Amino acid sequence: MSENLTGPGGNGPEHKAGPVEGPPGAEGSPGDTGPDAATAAQANVATSLLNAVLEGNSAVVTFLAIVTAIIIGGLLIAFSSPTVLHAWSHLFSAPGAAFSTAWAVAASAFSAMLEGAIFNPHTISAAFHGGSIAAIFNPLSETAVNATPLILSGLAVALAFRAGLFNIGATGQFIGGAMIAGWIGFAVHMPMILHVVVAVIGGFIGGSITGGFVGFMKARTGAHEVIVTIMLNYVMEFLILFLLGLAVFRAPGLPNPVSPPVDNNAMLPHLAGATLRINAGFLVALAAALAVGWLLNRTTVGFELRTVGANPNAARAAGMSPERTWITVMLICGGLAGLAGASVILGTDFALTPQIYGTYGIDAITVALLGRAKPGGVVLAALLYGSLNAGGVTMQAQTQIPVDITTVIQALIVLFVAAPPLVREIYHLRGRRNREGGQLLAKGWSS
Amino acid sequence: MSGWEVALQLELRGITKRFGSLVANDGIDLTVESGEIHALLGENGAGKSTLMNVLYGLLQPDQGQILLDGEPVEFHNPREALAAGIGMVHQHFMLVPVFTVAENVMLGVERTSVLGLLNRRRARQDVLELSSKYGLAIDPDVLVENLPVGIQQRVEIVKALHREASIVILDEPTAVLTPGETNELFRIMRELQASGKSIIFISHKLKEVQEIADRITVIRRGKVVGAPPPTATDEELASLMVGRAVELTVHKEPAHPREVTLEVEDLRVESAGGRAVVDGISLEVRSGEIVGIAGVQGNGQTELCEAIMGLLPVKSGSIIVAGQDLTGARTRVVLESGVSYIPEDRQEDGIVESFSLADNLVLDVYNRAPFASGLALHIDTIRESAAKHMDEYDIRATSIDMTVGTLSGGNQQKVIVARELGREVRLLVANQPTRGLDVGSIEFVHSRLVAARDQGTAVLICSTELDEIFALADRIIVMYEGRIAGIRPPTVSIEEIGLLMAGAGSDDSVPEAQPA
Repeated sequence: MSENLTGPGGNGPEHKAGPVEGPPGAEGSPGDTGPDAATAAQANVATSLLNAVLEGNSAVVTFLAIVTAIIIGGLLIAFSSPTVLHAWSHLFSAPGAAFSTAWAVAASAFSAMLEGAIFNPHTISAAFHGGSIAAIFNPLSETAVNATPLILSGLAVALAFRAGLFNIGATGQFIGGAMIAGWIGFAVHMPMILHVVVAVIGGFIGGSITGGFVGFMKARTGAHEVIVTIMLNYVMEFLILFLLGLAVFRAPGLPNPVSPPVDNNAMLPHLAGATLRINAGFLVALAAALAVGWLLNRTTVGFELRTVGANPNAARAAGMSPERTWITVMLICGGLAGLAGASVILGTDFALTPQIYGTYGIDAITVALLGRAKPGGVVLAALLYGSLNAGGVTMQAQTQIPVDITTVIQALIVLFVAAPPLVREIYHLRGRRNREGGQLLAKGWSS
Repeated sequence: MSGWEVALQLELRGITKRFGSLVANDGIDLTVESGEIHALLGENGAGKSTLMNVLYGLLQPDQGQILLDGEPVEFHNPREALAAGIGMVHQHFMLVPVFTVAENVMLGVERTSVLGLLNRRRARQDVLELSSKYGLAIDPDVLVENLPVGIQQRVEIVKALHREASIVILDEPTAVLTPGETNELFRIMRELQASGKSIIFISHKLKEVQEIADRITVIRRGKVVGAPPPTATDEELASLMVGRAVELTVHKEPAHPREVTLEVEDLRVESAGGRAVVDGISLEVRSGEIVGIAGVQGNGQTELCEAIMGLLPVKSGSIIVAGQDLTGARTRVVLESGVSYIPEDRQEDGIVESFSLADNLVLDVYNRAPFASGLALHIDTIRESAAKHMDEYDIRATSIDMTVGTLSGGNQQKVIVARELGREVRLLVANQPTRGLDVGSIEFVHSRLVAARDQGTAVLICSTELDEIFALADRIIVMYEGRIAGIRPPTVSIEEIGLLMAGAGSDDSVPEAQPA
């Protein structure tokens, strides 16, 4: 999904320095618009879009969106398979075979996915014959590992949503966090426990600086956060590439731009033995979700944040400062995405690479939407996405169906979640059309 | 254009319109004879606008019939209604500000020459013709954005006439006008009537209805509840509208002003474009008195209030509340020094529609004891206080968890009043505190404002409704183009205030009238 975001430089070392100088001009331009009017309008756009997604989607619609996406995904799996297409070319001579082959292919793909994401029955029989018991839990462990950065970066987007901000910059904030956490991990040497704690905090701060910059730009100059975050994503993507070319970050003796591995002391401890990848990062993610829920609903900061997101004018009249709230929110959101970066570098990857950010920052947006910008929803959505990612790998290994099909399913889910009327139309649910009725009344003469 | 003088009789029979479980119109019968001014009187939300939207083709009735001269007709959209001779002037004008009057009038019914070019000359002629025929006095070549509101309304009327409407619906036309402009509108309405047009006049203002209407139909909760003669008294009309006896005049004792609480000295506020919107205002409000600022909308009242609240930057001058200099202070500091604020635009600035009643009731005190300590909100305290306020201020909602956006305008305003007056208040700044409210809610808000005054609060009220100013104020300040046009005691005549509001009286302010 994110290949287009890596920019023209690729991994070629000759491009390292160039792009870092490029973006400032692009960042400066939105500052020309008058801050007050522009920011109010932006917040309105953000909230109305968010409201469209949130209010239009009951839990039922969200569930049906997922089901529909999986059904269509199944059809895609079946009809992109050569065996199925071959069977269908003999549709009239052997109609039964055509349908049964399609069913068999889709079923085997999905069962492989389930085996990779949740539970593989073969591991039980293997355990009885001297295999490892841990293997039984490997699929669940993989799902949790895949979900961890998605929970954290999803929270980074969801929390910003609630404050009326579109945080497209989880990628950049992820990189900021991964860089600092990674650097503390390999360049600084500290005792056990302390090292990993400091590295994780460093990840939060790294993301926080990146996100806070966006909030500051918006509050001070009125620059639209969408533009600043997107541009900052490029800056950060090339910054990490640039740093990996410097002696301080680059592992000595290796031909590739890769950092040295982090110390053992800085690694997030495994939760269930060394063979399973599930680590303390998952607990950090769950704790972050709880903390965000508490912040939103039980604190004055959360109250301000929700008010500014829902109605910045009323917030101002009530003595709140939307500008200060934007900065605070972006500091926290950046920190959350930075934690995602830390969870990857300290939990699974252990060394910085130019592609460390993967597609987490982009998937975070879809996870936040699917989770309806609520912490609990984000956790569930991230687990679903994590299971699709974990299952997709197994599916490809077992059935040679490309792993990209899981990306298609994820995209379809978002598509349906973003278009609630479509889902309602498909399943003949009662629509909520009051809004349209209301708008009609506002029309006047020239109709 | 020959069909103009054809007399049309309009009859609505048993119109019923439902929105889900809500019955907005319930079997409404209404007959408008040709050439009459028929007033439709009712509170906000009574179903007047729904009925007119049905008539104008914007909504389809669930039951019932529309008859024109005894012939059943159906309008699926406004175009069909217009074709049948029904025109509507909306409360919010549908004009293009950067077009001239003539261009606005021809919009949608453009005539073109053979080459497909717009025939502007023809449009100009039409406007001039209509203007002289009905005494509208409109220049077809002026840009609409340069016209005052009253004249813009006339442009809307010309639009309706240009489309050959013989029945003109005026939806709350006087809401935006000065008293003088209202008189002018009534003159035009009589001209139209004299030339055989029927007018449906929608209003909730009793005096206007009594003055202009030939017949009155009162609607309450979607039903016709009476057709009193125009000679009916205020009390009769109001009790029909509200369904119970209503106090129309606020009972208040003479004020006992004490120390000066708000002191504004030579205040200047500039618009974003650098124009002085508040241009050297000096005034003071004492504890225990209500000072009313009268003026046509857009003469700097809103900016004055927002500057006091710290929502707009002060260019020069000073604002002192109870001895504390609050010039240029942040809104939070102003609020915390004991100032309460009822903003002009309730939904935009006063409440958060998607929030619960409980959250809205602490919107500007959520960070103070006892609702919070440090970071933590005390949800239980907030909920207890909300339940108490809901009771005390008679907010009609099923629970404190209800979303405020689903409440009626009157109840939303009660939420704001409860929040702003439900704490210790030194100074209350209220901008249009009853705008768009029904008679019953206005009565409630007014009595609360007077009660606050009697408890020693200094009250500053801005209102474009002169009735409100006269009902509440112990002193009246008229603002015109950002300046004080005059300060008068409440015993002054409405005509004099009207003149000051129109900028006729120069600054001849008598030495500030000190109430006894």
